[in-house]
Formats: sequence, C-alpha cells, structure tokens
Amino acid sequence: MSVPFYVSPEQLMKDKADYARKGIARGRAVVVVAFAGGIVFASENPSRALHKISEIYDRVAFAAVGKYNEFENLRVAGVRYADVRGYSYDRSDVTARGLANAYAQTLGAIFTTESKPYEVEIVVAEVGTRPEADQIYRLTYDGSVADEHGYVAMGGSAEQIAAKLGERWHAGLSLAEALQLAVEALGSDAAAEAAGQGPRPIAADQLEVAVLDRARERRTFRRLTGPTLAGLLAPQG
Amino acid sequence: MNHTSDQSGRLPAAFLRPGSSSFTDFVREYSPQLLPAGRALPAGALPGGGPGNGEAPHATTIVALVFADGVVMAGDRRATAGPMIAQRDIKKVFQTDEHSCAGIAGVAGLAVEMIRLFQVELEHFEKLEGTLMSFEGKANRLSTMIRGNLGMAMQGLAVVPLFAGYDLDAGRGRIVGYDVTGGRSEERDHHTVGSGSIFARGALKKLYRPGMDEAETVRVAVEALWDAADDDSATGGPDLLRKIWPVVAVVTAAGFRQVPDAELEPVVEAVVAGRRGNPGGNPGITTTGGEA
Repeated sequence: MSVPFYVSPEQLMKDKADYARKGIARGRAVVVVAFAGGIVFASENPSRALHKISEIYDRVAFAAVGKYNEFENLRVAGVRYADVRGYSYDRSDVTARGLANAYAQTLGAIFTTESKPYEVEIVVAEVGTRPEADQIYRLTYDGSVADEHGYVAMGGSAEQIAAKLGERWHAGLSLAEALQLAVEALGSDAAAEAAGQGPRPIAADQLEVAVLDRARERRTFRRLTGPTLAGLLAPQG
Repeated sequence: MNHTSDQSGRLPAAFLRPGSSSFTDFVREYSPQLLPAGRALPAGALPGGGPGNGEAPHATTIVALVFADGVVMAGDRRATAGPMIAQRDIKKVFQTDEHSCAGIAGVAGLAVEMIRLFQVELEHFEKLEGTLMSFEGKANRLSTMIRGNLGMAMQGLAVVPLFAGYDLDAGRGRIVGYDVTGGRSEERDHHTVGSGSIFARGALKKLYRPGMDEAETVRVAVEALWDAADDDSATGGPDLLRKIWPVVAVVTAAGFRQVPDAELEPVVEAVVAGRRGNPGGNPGITTTGGEA
C-alpha cells in the first residue's frame, strides 16, 4: 500500500487559492459603481442570455466573474434564499448583508472541504433609501467578505481597472457620469495597456449594464439596453 | 422551521441543487409548511362566535374590461363577515407582475395569500430564467393554485380570482376567469366575479363598447361597480364620507399602473352626480365626464 504524500495545510490552501485566482483572472471584468441615484453594474459581455449581472430581490443585485456554472449555481441559490425569506417573513427582511453572510459561509465551506474551490468572485449590492445606506459586499472564492464603498472591480485586470475608478470616482456622480467612468475603466485593462494607447473603446452592444435605481418602487433592478444605454454613453454636449 | 440556512450559516444543499424555476415547486420540497396547500386540513367548519358569527371575511365584486390599449380591472373596497362589514378599505386588485394583475373574490385571508404566492411565483421564474413568463403560463399557474385550494373550498373557504394582463406576444389585453376547481376560460370583452358580479355584468353589457379609450373604460368600470353595490349588500359603493374609492388598475404595453386617488376622485364624483335623481344611470353616459 502506498503512503500518501504529506502536504502541509498551508501549502494546500495556498495551492487552492492560486488555482482559484488564476481561473478568475482569465475572465473579463465586472465593475460596480455607486452614483447619486443608485448603483450601476457594467461588464463587457456580448451574450444577451448568459448574464453576469442579475436581480436577486427588490433592492438587491448580484454580479459575478469566474466560472459560469459555479456562479450561476450561487445566483440561483441566492434568488431562492431571498424569495423564501421574503415570502415567509416580509419583503423588507431580505437584505444584502444576510445574503452576503450566507454566500460567505457557503464559499468558505467549499474552499476548505472540497478539493476544487469555486473559481468565482461575486458582489452583492443593496441600494438604500439614501446614498449613505447603499451596501456593496465583495466576496472571494475562499469566503472572505469585504464591505466596499463607492466602487468595485473584479475579474481580469481588476487592479488596473480599480485604480482607474479610484482616480475618478467621487460621491454624487450622475448615472451617465458613473456609467461612462465604468466603461472607461473596463477599457483600461491589460489589453489596452499592452497596446499602449489609453483605454480601448467598448461599443454599447458589447456591454451588459444594469442598475439598482433608488427612485423606483418595489423592484429597483433594471437592465439598460439599446437606445437607453447608447444615450447614456454618448458624450454630453 | 428551518428555511433560511442550516447551523453553519451555509446555504442549504437544496438551494444549490439544480431544479425547477417554480417557487412553489421548490418550496413544496424544501419547506412545505409555508404553502397554503401544505397545511393539514382540520375537519368541520370554522368556529362560530364573534361579530358575523365568526365567519371569515369575504371580499366581493371585481370587474375587468378589455380596451383599445390593454385591460382595466377594478374592485370595490368592502369585506364582509356574514351580515357585518369587516373592512371598508380592503384591497382586492393586485399587481402580479409588470404586465398583469389579479382581483380576488371569496375568502379574503386565503385569497390574499394565494396572490402573494402567485406574485413570488412569477417573479421567481422571471429572475431564474431571465425572461418573462408567457401570459398563458401565468394563467395556468394560477389555475394550479386554485386547484390546490380545492380542499378548503369544499369546506366553504373558496377563492375565485380574476386574472388580466397585457399579452406582449399577442399585443392585446386579455382576461381569464376561473371556477372554483381551477378551470379557466378566456373572456372576450369583459368579465366579473364575486357576489355582486351579476349586477356588474348587466351594467357592463349595456355600457361596454369595443375600442373604448382608457378614461372611458375606467368610467365604465366605476359605473359597473356602482350598480353592483346598489343591489348587493356585500359590495361597497364609493365611500364619499371617508374618500375611499375603488382600486382601479390599468395594464398596457407600458406596464401596470394603479389609477391614483386624485385621478379617480373626479371620475367617481361624475358617476355619483350622474346617478342623482336617476339611480339606474343613463346608458349613454360614457363618452364624456370620465376624464380627470
């Protein structure tokens, strides 16, 4: 009988983390940007059917990067969690914090107990009644949670994109300003840097954009497509 | 009840399992006690005593009319428990999703719960599938829910909704009526349910014309509710003292809209004025006076 190799827990965790990080960095980025009227989500995603950004509940949305089947699984679980909770208690009892905790426990358990960690990074965001009450939680493959303020970038070239957002983001942006900033940041990735000529342009039909609109009643999530999106992206005169 | 998470705070395995896009189907497996049909049914009738002999409050008349751009649904505001008025401002017409609404007649408590479940059902499907449920799909889901209540209905706790909406595929307003067993039938121009429905239906027959605009249709709906309230003690007329108006919903291609009270008040007042000294109303009234 062969003796199994000894691998230190430290090494094992490090290997898993490296594996997950590599998987996540391969995909295109998603950015989440808070603005005066809510929270906008944007990603370069030519598919009309396979979404990276989704509605979870009245005021809560979900964005993810990484392996589609894994984050889709989490998304479905999140919708079930929210709908069961909202139906058995009240719609106001569904919060991003509760969902982020459940996701954190789930991702943490998968990371430690299963041989292959989930290669995903997700954002759970909730729009408040005032900008100060907005909540943005970023969760990584190992179940760690960060409470973010203002903006988040995740996926491929996330650092460059976040740096770009950090330079220009400030509280009180309009939707058009926030969206233009998001798209410019998405274009400031490794590919653009390699070409050495500033951010690459991304056409409206290559974008998946959605917003949690503070002003809406009940369900605040809306996808922005077609002429609405093109109008917001057009430079203001 | 263990329906939020297990002890570790992890999402329960059932949440992560691939499965149906139906909320009801999911909950039936995961936590059946949450569903109206998941409860054991005690034998016998409701216990008596109290106002109205302990009868559960009933909600009554709903009318729905197809018009040029979609569909209008209106409901009175009275809930009765036997001979007593249980509530003066109950809401019986609900938005069920962006392009549909439902009105309820029957036992108010069960009906409101059924509609709440139906709302989650439609929204759940929409979120999981990333696409809207077809009008036929929605009408069939509601059928299934009524059928699930058949046991209660046999004990006298019947619920009969009326479903209406804008069918985006067909490009028109549609109305679906139900019977207590869940049998559904599409109604062409207008339909009514509830205890005052026979009177409302008579009014609609005389006042309805195909191709009316929104303002006229709202006016006709209010007229029909007036006629129902005039002859049926369980249907409430507009309460001028308390300023309680019917709930009127309009569903068009642009989505659901509940007519605000400020807009409805002049319509109701015009209807009341038209009936002064002429309680039967004038069948020719509908072209003017409805606009706010």
